[in-house]
Amino acid sequence: MSHQPGHVDGNALAGPLSEVFAVDITAAMATCAGCGLRSRVAQLLVYGGGAGWVARCPGCEDVVLRFLRTATDAVLDLRGSLSLVVPLAT
Amino acid sequence: MRRINWKVARVVGSRWETASARTLELDVDDWDGHLAGQHVDVRLTAEDGYRAQRSYSIASAADGRRVEITVQRVADGEVSPYLVDQLAVGDVVELRGPVGGWFVWAPTDPGPVLLVAGGSGVVPLMAMVRSRATSGSSAPFRLLYSVRTPDEVVYADELAALPSGVDLTMVYTRQAPDGETRPARRISLQDLGKPMADAPPSVYVCGPSGFVEAAATMLVTLGHDPARIRTERFGRGGRGA
Repeated sequence: MSHQPGHVDGNALAGPLSEVFAVDITAAMATCAGCGLRSRVAQLLVYGGGAGWVARCPGCEDVVLRFLRTATDAVLDLRGSLSLVVPLAT
Repeated sequence: MRRINWKVARVVGSRWETASARTLELDVDDWDGHLAGQHVDVRLTAEDGYRAQRSYSIASAADGRRVEITVQRVADGEVSPYLVDQLAVGDVVELRGPVGGWFVWAPTDPGPVLLVAGGSGVVPLMAMVRSRATSGSSAPFRLLYSVRTPDEVVYADELAALPSGVDLTMVYTRQAPDGETRPARRISLQDLGKPMADAPPSVYVCGPSGFVEAAATMLVTLGHDPARIRTERFGRGGRGA
């Protein structure tokens, strides 16, 4: 999804984050540390692509999540999330 | 530890949907099936090692190792012109997926479904229509498909022969076909407001960001519960440039 102006949404993070998480994380509910809005990761506003992504809150546009993929590591910065609630199959 | 590895996908067939959109039929190693609405990441590696990857919605219903994607050519794109114009039967690409667990429709859900597509956003919604058929679901479906001109309609033959229980509304935004009474214009509250079932539908909206934003806002205005509206936004021109 690189080289695209503007944003897409958190659905685009499903592939990249599948390298790190055992479950699909786009269905998780993230709580924005800036405004407290709860959003599905799939509904965050996502900028970037290729090797680095920034996901912003659809309410206040604060950064909720950042993800960087290097040749050897995946770097996940969640300081903008108060919590991440992951639905699990019962 | 790698949770999901890249898989080898071989092109086993293709067909043109429009002058600029081509469906690729892929045979994928270790494919365990998928849900309608999910997507795959496609990765190309050049001889010098340069890599580019894009996401494409799966167009087909689950069918063994077979996966179909429909790619819209983006004129100055890096990946789509290759997939649309160069890739031949027998060629291979790397593929990761299926991924995405939120923008999905499960055939076990009997409730009514409203699908709202803008341009190539119709692809994952068509996967839902096809999954409804292959699963024997009788859930009431309504597909609202907004497209600029009749020439840009993908899956036209299939849309002309949808099974009973799937209602289609075409919205032409720049040029309507002969005989169309609705003048060409953007999607409106009137287009979205047609009643379809007694129960509130699950709503899936897919298309370019501006289209999704406008449609979702109108749906909320019409009284749809935001919690029942699932959206997927593309960048310009389609899912991947």
